[in-house]
Amino acid sequence: MSSDAHAVHDGGTGLSNNKLLMWVFLGSECLLFGGLISAYLINRNRFGDGPAPGDIFDIPFTSVSSFVLLMSSLTMVLSLSALQRGDIRNNRIWLWTTALLGALFIGGQVYEFTTFLREGLGYTTSPFSSAFFTLTGFHGVHVSLGIVMLMSLLISSYRGTLRKENSETVEIVGLYWHFVDVVWIFIFTVIYLVPSPTT
Amino acid sequence: MSEQTAELTVGGDAAQPLGVYSRPKGGGGWRDWITTVDHKKIGILYGGAALLFFFVGGFEALLIRLQLATPNGTVVGADLYNQIYTMHGVTMVFLVIMPMAAAFANYLLPLQIGARDVAFPRLNALSFWVFLAGGLFLNCAWLFGDAPDGGWFAYSPNTGVSFSPGHGMDFYAIGLQIAGIGSLISAMNLIVTVLNMRAPGMTLFKMPVFSWMILVVQFLLLFAVPVITVALFLLLFDRNFGSNFFNPEMGGDPLLWQHLFWIFGHPEVYILILPSFGIVSEVIPTFARKPIFGYEFMVFSGIAIGFMGWGVWAHHMFVSGIGPISVGAFTLSTMFIAVPTGVKILNWLATMWGGKIRLNAAMLFATGVVSMFTIGGLSGVTHSLSPADTQQTDTYYIVAHFHYVIFGGALLGFFAGFYFWWPKVFGHKLGETLGKWNFWTMIVGFNVTFGPMHILGLNGMSRRIDTYSPGFGFELWNMVATIGVFIIALGVLFFVLNVILSARRARGLPPEPPDPWDARSLEWFTPNPTPVHNFDEDIEVSSLDEFWHRKWTTDENGKVVRKATAAEVCQAGDAENVHLPSPSYWPIVMSAGMPLIGFGLMYNLWLCVPGAALVLMAIYAWVFEPPDDPDGPFGHGHDDHDDHGDAEAGDESASDEGAPQEEAASVE
Repeated sequence: MSSDAHAVHDGGTGLSNNKLLMWVFLGSECLLFGGLISAYLINRNRFGDGPAPGDIFDIPFTSVSSFVLLMSSLTMVLSLSALQRGDIRNNRIWLWTTALLGALFIGGQVYEFTTFLREGLGYTTSPFSSAFFTLTGFHGVHVSLGIVMLMSLLISSYRGTLRKENSETVEIVGLYWHFVDVVWIFIFTVIYLVPSPTT
Repeated sequence: MSEQTAELTVGGDAAQPLGVYSRPKGGGGWRDWITTVDHKKIGILYGGAALLFFFVGGFEALLIRLQLATPNGTVVGADLYNQIYTMHGVTMVFLVIMPMAAAFANYLLPLQIGARDVAFPRLNALSFWVFLAGGLFLNCAWLFGDAPDGGWFAYSPNTGVSFSPGHGMDFYAIGLQIAGIGSLISAMNLIVTVLNMRAPGMTLFKMPVFSWMILVVQFLLLFAVPVITVALFLLLFDRNFGSNFFNPEMGGDPLLWQHLFWIFGHPEVYILILPSFGIVSEVIPTFARKPIFGYEFMVFSGIAIGFMGWGVWAHHMFVSGIGPISVGAFTLSTMFIAVPTGVKILNWLATMWGGKIRLNAAMLFATGVVSMFTIGGLSGVTHSLSPADTQQTDTYYIVAHFHYVIFGGALLGFFAGFYFWWPKVFGHKLGETLGKWNFWTMIVGFNVTFGPMHILGLNGMSRRIDTYSPGFGFELWNMVATIGVFIIALGVLFFVLNVILSARRARGLPPEPPDPWDARSLEWFTPNPTPVHNFDEDIEVSSLDEFWHRKWTTDENGKVVRKATAAEVCQAGDAENVHLPSPSYWPIVMSAGMPLIGFGLMYNLWLCVPGAALVLMAIYAWVFEPPDDPDGPFGHGHDDHDDHGDAEAGDESASDEGAPQEEAASVE
């Protein structure tokens, strides 16, 4: 396989260049979300005359959509393991499932955003609302890009180029996908689970 | 963007390249340059662009000093002055020092670790073009009559719509965002290159100090860039979409900007200076003819600076009311960070101590760095004392300090690098006589300009003021500083003359023979200028300063004796049919889309559509372009055609094991 042909040098990390690039990129992403989470924490009490976080969050609903997103990590692992066994059919099934679960999560986010908007929490309402929509919005964009990657994997699978030999590509997309899930665990905790101020 | 480019590596059906997706055939001239993926050409592009921006930023500096030469200056008005000093700072930091460091890193890092290219050649081209797009976009602000005017660190709420109603700060936010994408991609690429592609036998602790410093800088970029990305997004959203992060009227917090900016900004300071520390650590051992003193200490102090650089940011904010405990903590950490820096200074001195010093232009500039940076470092330590800093904040004392570290440290270091590596890159040396003129005018002009600013600052002259009244005692030293800046300009002129004249002198002559300086590291194994394939064959590395140890040994009396001439040790550079990555159109196309998106955000959101379409198209074209051009000049084998699903394969095979590959069988 091509990546093995050149990646292994003396003193190298033993990871292929592609996989190492993704790890390095995810390290950078930690700081991106770190900055956004800080911006939220600073602003969670600053809701002015607008709705307060404690009044508006629907924790059971978001818990369900979080569960959906976490389950998509499981299906991502299943799709990788299928491809590593050379099981193209199950690989596709689980890729589809992962993308669908991700889309379901995004759908939930869209529903949540529109509900909040109806209840008077717009993007410009207060520092709290700006920080909330920015943080969750950035996460949503990351999930959406992940879905684009999954769809690209599926396209190449149907073109016949996603095979057992390059299962590493699925593994790399998986790394990204799991990272986005793990970040959501932090965001969910910080935004929803830590008791929020009410009016 | 970056996750996609990194990620979407499947699906290319290499066996049947679609017409539009075939790789460029070259064609000579400028076409080679805009499609190149060669780390050496990209390094030269970085250097050329950085020099261009250096002239722009230098011109702005001349205007600043002309305006301040006398009281009640009338060269420019207050509005224009705000734009000029802001753009001077932004240009010098983001468009000169950072890309110039990238130029050295790109050209030398693969050579110093004995690799054929970087890990991802196309991403490397992308990072250059994206940086250039960001830099040009930022400077477009001048054409739209509305340059950024909030200072290079852009404190809110000055940068909000109410105080900065034009589009200037939007150019700042979007331009730096674009340039930041370039830095981030480059950082990821070089980290992977160092970690995975070193020559056989080259452990991390056999890497030259320059390579180490570049590695540390890439990690700093990797973690610092996303923080300013967040800050710039929040600023952009505040200004364009009405969010309230920094808007005090709505309860927003301007201090959040300061924290985010300086959490990026202080590591950024080390991003600016560490590459030059690396260059100096190569130049001094070569011209003192001694190995670097305390190699491990040099490396570890660089790493320590990298770590501690994250814990000192609030010393930029001592007067912003962050409270006594924070001030105390950051005072201490700021004092501590002087220790590893001092280690470096002492090790350079110890390297020179007792050496047979050749005081040529490169060495002069290197000693200039050591001495000038020491002055800047000492005035930096005075800032750690918060009571004193309270007096100095926002005065010319600060301006003096950071010019001593950035001009006296980073920029002079690059000049040392120019004189040292010019023969490696262009095949001929720069002139020594003009080089010495260049050094002495610059060092004298530099001290005449920035030395008096210490006094001006302590006497209470604020930075960023567009003029001052007579009678405060500012007249004399301002005039001196203005005279100094023209001496610097003269020094730069000597450099430009030197470049032109030495190129003219070298015309028609054979290139400089290998190893003109009796140097120490792997890049000098190649002939001058470096052949397109770098190394004929992999180099087995067994020690630090491998190249030097192949030329010299010690006899039974411990005396250093030559065992081989440079010509015997160097490679001939005549390997044929080396598999090289094919050039690509898509890096430049992708980066062209980004300024369009930027203009769209400011003027008309519809403009974002063609911009985004261009980026998206380039991403997919990138993924689906065949890994290699089978008819390319370095016709290559198909060693991996079978698994070409992986579109990056073609790129990476640049790093294939070094033995020149025979012209391989035809493509299936």
